Amino acid sequence: VLVLSSYNNSELFTLTYGALVTQLCKDYENDEEVNKQLDKMGYNIGVRLIEDFLARSSVGRCQDFRETADVIAKVAFKMYLGITPSVTNWSPAGDEFSLILENNPLVDFVELPDNHSTLIYSNLLCGVLRGALEMVQMAVDVRFAQDTLRGDNVTEIRMKFIKRIEENLPAGDE
Amino acid sequence: MADGVLFEFLHMEMVSHVFKDQQSTNGEMNNKDRAVCTSVLEGMGFRVGQGLIERFTRDSPSFKDELDIMKFICKDFWTQVFRRQVDNLRTNHQGTYVLQDNKFVLLTQLSSGKQYLDDAPKYLAYSCGVIRGALSSLGLDSVVTAEVSLMPSCNFQVT
Repeated sequence: VLVLSSYNNSELFTLTYGALVTQLCKDYENDEEVNKQLDKMGYNIGVRLIEDFLARSSVGRCQDFRETADVIAKVAFKMYLGITPSVTNWSPAGDEFSLILENNPLVDFVELPDNHSTLIYSNLLCGVLRGALEMVQMAVDVRFAQDTLRGDNVTEIRMKFIKRIEENLPAGDE
Repeated sequence: MADGVLFEFLHMEMVSHVFKDQQSTNGEMNNKDRAVCTSVLEGMGFRVGQGLIERFTRDSPSFKDELDIMKFICKDFWTQVFRRQVDNLRTNHQGTYVLQDNKFVLLTQLSSGKQYLDDAPKYLAYSCGVIRGALSSLGLDSVVTAEVSLMPSCNFQVT
């Protein structure tokens, strides 16, 4: 008799993601390049994911970056990854904040091998956020400030607002 | 718990990446390049399929026979992985099975136009690997291929 977990194919997603990172590490010579590829792929996903998000959530246009932060943490992360990071560490100018993830679903059962100490395993997430926000006219910089895979207590994503984007600029794949 | 749609987006991007990558090193894509790409995707799927079974089946499974395993693949496994059950399972009782999924989840995002029929194999390689990996973990060595005649319906052949 088999014991199956209740329906959820997040394992498929996390295992697939793991296989992707493994493959990229094989294909590219160094962690820096893998990080770049993950970011690029994330961007390509983000520019499409935003449509799915807008269609499924009833979120309207955000008035400011604070609202954007809340929507990302409480709606988007919840919808797609089933977690709600906390929003903290606002810069005085209100243009930069941190998302603190107590646990990161992407890294279940993952351990970084010794020769990949500079790999940003979850870097796809940064690209996704960047791509998605670009489609709603926001240029942002997204990076991991802390990573449990690299020994930190929490995973911290730092997001900085760069500028508003003109609506008529075409966006494409990177 | 990751939303199912994330897998679909990730898969689409993975296929795109693998093919773009191969194309950029060689300039153009010929059949050999295509074969390399599908092989890379299939290989990734294989390891994931194995991993999924390891997670699914914590108690040692007791399947009566090969057909029992195939039914598990068609129902429980397919539901977990491809979000529905296989519509039709056929066998020649000599080790070949054909699994028909009339609305294969990874094909529904693609248009049903004729030009996508030619591209469909790109989007099936990974899944063939997942199935082959799962079967391998369940004790069955196999070759898994897929064919599409009418989008988004798809037949997976297991021998």
